[in-house]
Amino acid sequence: MTQINRLPCGLVDQTTTLKFSFNGNIFEGHPGDTLASALLANGQRLVGRSFKYHRPRGIFTAGSEEPNALVELRTGASQEPNTRATVTELFDGLEARSQNHRGSLAFDMMAVTDLLSPFLGAGFYYKTFMWPKSFWEKVYEPAIRSAAGLGSLSGEEDPDVYDKGFLHCDLLIIGAGPAGLAAALNAGKAGLRVILADEDFRMGGRLNAETLSVDGMPGTDWAAKAAGELMNMSNVRMMTRTTVYGGYDHGIYGALERVTDHMPSSGGKPRQILWRIYSKHAILAAGATERPIAFANNDRPGIMLAGAVRAYANRWGVTPGQHVTLFTNNDDGWRTASDLQARGINIAAIIDSRSCDAPAQIAGAEIFMGTHVIDTSGRLGIKSIKLSNRRIVATDCLAVSGGWNPNVHLTCHQRGKPEWRDDIAAFVPGAALPNAMHVAGAACGSLTLAGALTEGHRAADLIISLSGKASHSETPPRAEAEAASISAFWHVQSDTGRAWIDLQNDVTVKDIKLAHKEGYRSVEHLKRYTTLGMATDQGKTANVLALAVMAEQTGQSIRETGTTIFRPPYTPVAIGAFAGRARGRDFRPFRLTPSHNWAAVQGATFVEAGAWLRAQMFPRAGESHWRQTVDREVAQTRKSVGICDVTTLGKIDIQGRDAAEFLNRVYANGFAKLAVGKVRYGLMLREDGFVMDDGTTARLAEHHYLMTTTTANAGLVFRHLEFCRQCLWPELDVHLISVTDGWAQFSVAGPNSRRLLQKIVDPTHNISNAAFPYMACGDVTICGGTRARLFRISFSGELAYELAVPARFGAALISVLMAAGDEFEAIAYGTEALGAMRIEKGHPAGNELNGQTTALNLGFGAMLSDKKDCIGNTLSRRPALVAPDALRMMGFKPVDLSQSLASGAHFVASGKAATTENDEGWMTSVTFSPELGHSIGLGFIKRGHERIGEIVIAADPLRGQSIAVEIVSPHFVDPEGVRLRG
Amino acid sequence: MIINHPLLGPRDAQEFTYFGDASLINRPDWQAEDAAELFYEYLHVRDNPAGEHRELWYHEHGDRSWLVVTRNTLTHEISKVEIARDVALTRRHGQ
Repeated sequence: MTQINRLPCGLVDQTTTLKFSFNGNIFEGHPGDTLASALLANGQRLVGRSFKYHRPRGIFTAGSEEPNALVELRTGASQEPNTRATVTELFDGLEARSQNHRGSLAFDMMAVTDLLSPFLGAGFYYKTFMWPKSFWEKVYEPAIRSAAGLGSLSGEEDPDVYDKGFLHCDLLIIGAGPAGLAAALNAGKAGLRVILADEDFRMGGRLNAETLSVDGMPGTDWAAKAAGELMNMSNVRMMTRTTVYGGYDHGIYGALERVTDHMPSSGGKPRQILWRIYSKHAILAAGATERPIAFANNDRPGIMLAGAVRAYANRWGVTPGQHVTLFTNNDDGWRTASDLQARGINIAAIIDSRSCDAPAQIAGAEIFMGTHVIDTSGRLGIKSIKLSNRRIVATDCLAVSGGWNPNVHLTCHQRGKPEWRDDIAAFVPGAALPNAMHVAGAACGSLTLAGALTEGHRAADLIISLSGKASHSETPPRAEAEAASISAFWHVQSDTGRAWIDLQNDVTVKDIKLAHKEGYRSVEHLKRYTTLGMATDQGKTANVLALAVMAEQTGQSIRETGTTIFRPPYTPVAIGAFAGRARGRDFRPFRLTPSHNWAAVQGATFVEAGAWLRAQMFPRAGESHWRQTVDREVAQTRKSVGICDVTTLGKIDIQGRDAAEFLNRVYANGFAKLAVGKVRYGLMLREDGFVMDDGTTARLAEHHYLMTTTTANAGLVFRHLEFCRQCLWPELDVHLISVTDGWAQFSVAGPNSRRLLQKIVDPTHNISNAAFPYMACGDVTICGGTRARLFRISFSGELAYELAVPARFGAALISVLMAAGDEFEAIAYGTEALGAMRIEKGHPAGNELNGQTTALNLGFGAMLSDKKDCIGNTLSRRPALVAPDALRMMGFKPVDLSQSLASGAHFVASGKAATTENDEGWMTSVTFSPELGHSIGLGFIKRGHERIGEIVIAADPLRGQSIAVEIVSPHFVDPEGVRLRG
Repeated sequence: MIINHPLLGPRDAQEFTYFGDASLINRPDWQAEDAAELFYEYLHVRDNPAGEHRELWYHEHGDRSWLVVTRNTLTHEISKVEIARDVALTRRHGQ
């Protein structure tokens, strides 16, 4: 195919040819083209099907506001749906496909929906598919979802990398059109640190699309010269392909830079970068977006915005048609006729809704003032238009201009409300701008080139002086005056034919009238009922037109009707860009224990625990089921000795003259009398009386304590303690530091644990039962002088110790311990065996400390002292929390010992139905007890402590299980604690 | 948002953890006659002003100080940032 619509001009490199494919057809284009300009050059007017009615659609705009020309790009995992062809840079080998049709684009089998349009008006979802109710989920919704809609996802993982970055500047300039460039030149020369960002790949904005002059040279040349000058300033950062998509508090802006989207592949670079820009000042110079006029059948391929038509001719050297017609209500639209005519394109007719003298004469063009376009024809592309004077004009491209809407979006991201200006028939930024934001040029309603240049320059002047610097360029760049008169005209009244307002969502004038008839008065309701202004274009070309039609219905002015709220992002941002590198394994940072590498070599499996990866178990050859591994680890620990890395427990070093008093206030149980060299279990409450965390605290010296927390709550507890220290009791002399990462800690548990430790603890330290009894702690040295701390505490219920060394010795210590344990056949155990042993011993853990349980529930009611203040003490005494039928943590065993218990089962009395009314509690943790040889569980049940021996039903309707269980003591193994004191 | 830390200068709000109303500093007396009622109000009853709000922020990814930030809930303008410990000590001395 040849480029039948290519003109010998424009900012494309016509000496180089790029090949690309659209729906499998190979086309040619040039560097500097967008996919849209290249398709138009090749005469491809039909590019897609509409969302709801599957109407044939073509390219409508030349920018990011495009509602129609959404395509799928690339293939395989890199496939990207809903990409706007108008902002897709052409590269060699680009593959694009149209969306939302069955069969070929030209013969979409779903186009039948267009014939059903009388039934698919505004709110049809809510009206049509009401009955039968069960059909909604199974029939209607899937059918609608597959019939309507946009592109499809590949279903594969995104192969690209996305990055995040942070930038700081004195001045962020959003948009590099005439206003933005003038501002950047001024501010850059004054020495401000400037960031100039533009969504386009070429700086200049509308200067590249128009034929106006600046400072006596063509606008495009001036833009290129200005960009070159700015590029040479070290204090100016030029960011093309970068959309500032959101304005946030305190001068922070979000920007998306498309780094490699214009290349065949990313080549290892991040595809896109999400920038967070911290600015002292910002100038919004985002320009304006043209809007159409609505008339019957105004959605055919070939009907385009007038500004876009001349942008294709001037910038890209492409004419969208050979017999162009123009429908406008303003002077600016006429530029399209004169520009195209100057390039030798036949202008068939100019239709201007204003009843005034023609502002210009265009050779060869019929001019109709005070006339409207009332209908169009052409199934897959426009062929002719019908005028209000009944004339029919043949045309293959109708350029439409209804005026320009300033791009006020970023002024509204912090609740700003735009204001209506009658003279330009458009909304402009309201008076209450975000702090330190200035608006210049078309974005501010200055719709002439001279106005934009002056305003950009002046805005920079202001910021230069606010920054205490001096401007080095006194006069703004100059441009000639131009006619810019407009007379508001929104839509052509029509009894037949649908007039489209929102092309992307297939919303017509009729839909808006219907919504009004049905009682929708607020614009926010109108938007949600008709879907106006939703999806990828957010109604950039549609919203104001819709407001005008709404205003007409209500008899209000547009000013009174108001606009919907603009929210970030300005244009779509891929979720991948927000995620950045935080995906998959890198979703959040994770920590490795000191013995991680050793455990990996042993073949351990790992599990996430809080921010850590912990060894879950250590399977051995011949073990085919995880239970075999866990049972062996438990049995060998209870029989001889097992070693477990417990570094992950939170460790908080607490020092100061008032450390004891501090602990006494943050723990529910008493800590005032803990002796030096002793460890005590501590239960920590929230102020509302529920349990927050538990752990042990060792008194290492007179004013020195070491607290441990659960792995998951380490950060939370530390934050809480700092709150108590700084905000509640600032008079206490106490200091906290987290030493979780500073110490590697191993549990050495089992009857042979002392014998093992005696081999490595230096003989100067007596760790006999008499000298170092249960709950003792102290500094020791190991392996001939290495500093260590020893705690005689037990989670397993066995004779056990925890040995801590500075973290850098942790990796060595696991090998030392295992070697010393060789003669006892010591094993390493993971979190599964740890869990099994703590259930056997009846220790509560995460499942029991779930934020909904009290000390009383856990059987620790007696720990609470009413003689002292502590966090949570007062509210833990609320009547409901101490009611006689409160839940108690108990042990449970199946009556039929061959049955396996399941956590999550709820307890009901024997013979009662498993209903909410009969619910008496639930099973929290279960395990197979290698010691007892059957399944056991922990759980909460009402008045459990008074019901030992009672049989209840553990009902688990979710898994279809119902098991008779006996309520027993939660201490299944060694309830008297003989072993741990041995 | 940017919080102007009294010791560290302007820091991104991402470094902080939000906690709530600064009145949480004023923990009631546990021995008061109506302690249960006082604690209930302390913990659960809050003003929800449209305008200036004094609130606690914790510099979790920084120096671990608790701050009292005066923020306008309508505009997010931050008019004052104090070290919470100073606020608490001043309150003590005022009693």
